[in-house]
Amino acid sequence: MSHAENTQGTRRDFIYYATAGAGAVVTGAAVWPLVNQMNPSADVLALASIRVDVADVEPGTQITVLWQGKPVFIRRRNPEEIAEARAVDLGALPDANADNANLAADADASDENRALDENGEWLVMMGVCTHLGCVPLGDGAGEFNGWFCPCHGSHYDTAGRIRKGPAPRNLPVPTASFVDETTIQLG
Amino acid sequence: MLKKLALTTAVALGLSAGGALAAGGSDAKIENYAFSFEGLTGSFDQNQLQRGLQVYTEICAACHGLKYVSFRNLSDDGGPALPEDQVFAYADEYEVFDAAIDDFRSATPADKFPASALANAPDLSLMAKARAGFHGPAGTGISQLINGMGGPEYIASLLAGYTGEEKEEAGTILYENTAFPGGWISMAPPLYGDDVEFADEDASTELEDIAQDVSAFLMWTAEPKMMARKQAGLTGLIFLSVLSVLLYLTNKRLWAAAKGKKSA
Amino acid sequence: MSGIPHDHYEPKSDGQKWLHKRLPVVGLLYDTLMLPTPKNLNWMWIWGIVLTFTLALQIITGIVLVMHYVPHVDMAFASVEHIMRDVNGGHMIRYFHMNGASLFFVAVYAHIFRGLYYGSYKAPREVTWIIGMLIYLLMMGTAFMGYVLPWGQMSFHGTAVITGLFGAIPFVGESIQTWLLGASAVGQPALNRFFSLHYLMPFIIAGLVIVHIWAFHTTGNNNPTGVEVRRTSKEEAERDTLPFWPYFVIKDLFALAIVLVVFMAVVGFMPNYLGHPDNYIEANALVTPAHIVPEWYFLPFYAILRAFTAEVWVVQLADFVTFGIVDAKFFGVLAMFGAIAVMALAPWLDTSSVRSGRYRPMFKWWFGLLVVDFFVLMWVGARPAEFPYDVISLIASTYWFAYFLVILPLLGIIEKPMTPPTTIEDDFNAHYGKKDGAADAVATPAE
Repeated sequence: MSHAENTQGTRRDFIYYATAGAGAVVTGAAVWPLVNQMNPSADVLALASIRVDVADVEPGTQITVLWQGKPVFIRRRNPEEIAEARAVDLGALPDANADNANLAADADASDENRALDENGEWLVMMGVCTHLGCVPLGDGAGEFNGWFCPCHGSHYDTAGRIRKGPAPRNLPVPTASFVDETTIQLG
Repeated sequence: MLKKLALTTAVALGLSAGGALAAGGSDAKIENYAFSFEGLTGSFDQNQLQRGLQVYTEICAACHGLKYVSFRNLSDDGGPALPEDQVFAYADEYEVFDAAIDDFRSATPADKFPASALANAPDLSLMAKARAGFHGPAGTGISQLINGMGGPEYIASLLAGYTGEEKEEAGTILYENTAFPGGWISMAPPLYGDDVEFADEDASTELEDIAQDVSAFLMWTAEPKMMARKQAGLTGLIFLSVLSVLLYLTNKRLWAAAKGKKSA
Repeated sequence: MSGIPHDHYEPKSDGQKWLHKRLPVVGLLYDTLMLPTPKNLNWMWIWGIVLTFTLALQIITGIVLVMHYVPHVDMAFASVEHIMRDVNGGHMIRYFHMNGASLFFVAVYAHIFRGLYYGSYKAPREVTWIIGMLIYLLMMGTAFMGYVLPWGQMSFHGTAVITGLFGAIPFVGESIQTWLLGASAVGQPALNRFFSLHYLMPFIIAGLVIVHIWAFHTTGNNNPTGVEVRRTSKEEAERDTLPFWPYFVIKDLFALAIVLVVFMAVVGFMPNYLGHPDNYIEANALVTPAHIVPEWYFLPFYAILRAFTAEVWVVQLADFVTFGIVDAKFFGVLAMFGAIAVMALAPWLDTSSVRSGRYRPMFKWWFGLLVVDFFVLMWVGARPAEFPYDVISLIASTYWFAYFLVILPLLGIIEKPMTPPTTIEDDFNAHYGKKDGAADAVATPAE
């Protein structure tokens, strides 16, 4: 606008820029909630973490719990299973990665890195075959006495590591920890 | 003209709340208790909410429910802020039906409080917003503009408003209450004073005090996001005020030339 | 589009020419934004932008709420609580939407009364006015259906009462009511279809808003003097007008920011003030709230609905001459819709030769009384239907009709209007005085 030109150009420009800037900030502040509302709501997030009572799980048995819509295997291993898992040569594993959400991404697949506690008694992992998502059979199933996926014949050992078959990776270990002696928290 | 507008808006706002005035008898006596969460920046008193939770749990919960409130909310910041372990322990006291296992199990923080145990006992989740303590005068809504809607004040006044009189009508015993519209309520007096033992021995267990405690707690269950709302409101007010001032200056500067040019 | 001579968009680069030849969208935007606007518009000419903003606000927050809302009688109430408690920022979004409806009506009433005072409805702007009235009707329908969705006690029983209005229509009323509800009473079918329509109607409103703007861009804006922009030459037109951008955009945005400060205060600190506590109780067909009161923005017309009872002689007369077809109940419904209809007919009821109320000495007083009347009706609409409120509402309702049907036509004949300024430029200069060329003339708002 030609008639808007005057000697106070600098101050005028400053006010114009400040107004435009403030307008942009207010608009941005108004848009963010509209985006954020699509993120998981509090009730969904509340289910991201559950507690599992494992007081009744005897050595050599396992329970399966549903967590975030997927099965989770919680197995209390007996000494033989632990010994068998620890005797495996890491070089023989198709997937040498621990796949443990509680550890660094590059941790190796040693049994110590798979188990939840130091003694290796507790093994917690997602019950979803890494091949095409079937739920593997447990309780010593398969050629390696761990888990066996009936869909396409993937064999997992007593630490849940893939040993034979089409599955590419070990059964992933989710974020888990002991809240007290008999309670495991998932997530 | 601006003044006229402001006035018009104020009147419109005032009149409109007339809608809310209607409920409630004019003779009901509602004490205007001072709550910590009133005002522009007022917030819930965490200790009061915890005491209120205790009163609710030990007394109200026998008949009433809180079916829209989750146990996990008890650990919310700005709410009762119970430590997580206590929330787990508190939830564990309740049993809920789980459709996934087709059986009852003990509740977890992710579950909700149970609904009312008695058919004629209303759910209390939203009670503090479902009642208005203040009305009028004469349908203008000015009282609510100044004092607020008066939900928690109504609940506290009701709990402390029993006169001790009772009568029987059509097989139901009615109790005289100075806060209840109509004056006679079917709920037996739930609080008498000294009904609970607080961990904090300094906290008063006088009838009016525990009535306020549980009212504050119910205000929180009805509007758990009140603090967040006020914060957003205040931030918004400041932002928009700054923007208004800047736009005023921009507008003034922009038009100055147009207005000045005519005279040149 | 505009009949006011002004510069049109000229594509300069090859790219602009290429697009302009195929789709003149830039030209359309340019002509819309650069529309010559009477430069003497005062602060009552801001409500259009407030309304446009509010429509956008309601559509956006509404779409977001629908992502979490469940239109089922068993879940609707709980899903609203889910929004209020668990959805990120959901409580703010819902409170914005809820109070946005009130902002919408505050703005639309200010907008309508501005039009009534400055004669914006008079020729050649009748079409703009009629479209506006259609928008207003759709807004009321949308607001009513939106109020049903939370499925609270007021939602439920309010729906019963409002759909009951249609039941008052002679002979076919009950069939219409059943058709509206999809059942003999309010329930799942009603909730589901109101949800569908509540989602649809804002987009129809948005379409009509475009037509509304198109219409007044064709005739040019009215202004406080009611004097038309000179159109004989571009030079003359430019002395009466300023382009919409940036002058009126910035002015309107400033006004909008002020309005939003008030709105933010309501949303942040008293979001339930304009609502009714009973709507925080889940719908229950077995218990009716002690006092069914519509939302504040319906109250004036609700008061007119209730004013005409069987004791009023006009109602008795109507009953008699129609052999009982127009009974008190139906008369009330007719009166309520008639109150809006007479407003829509204002362009043909106003006989005055002068457009703006500013130059009509008698009109001013009658108009002022109409504004007061509107607020009285609003107030009395929320009061119980008993003495003295029944008498007050009858008088106030009568005045509403008298204003449009008797006073407006007669005033044009008996009133001697003052002479408006010859041009908009004269009015503008009279306001701002002959300043001595200082660039920072005081920006006192007009009026």
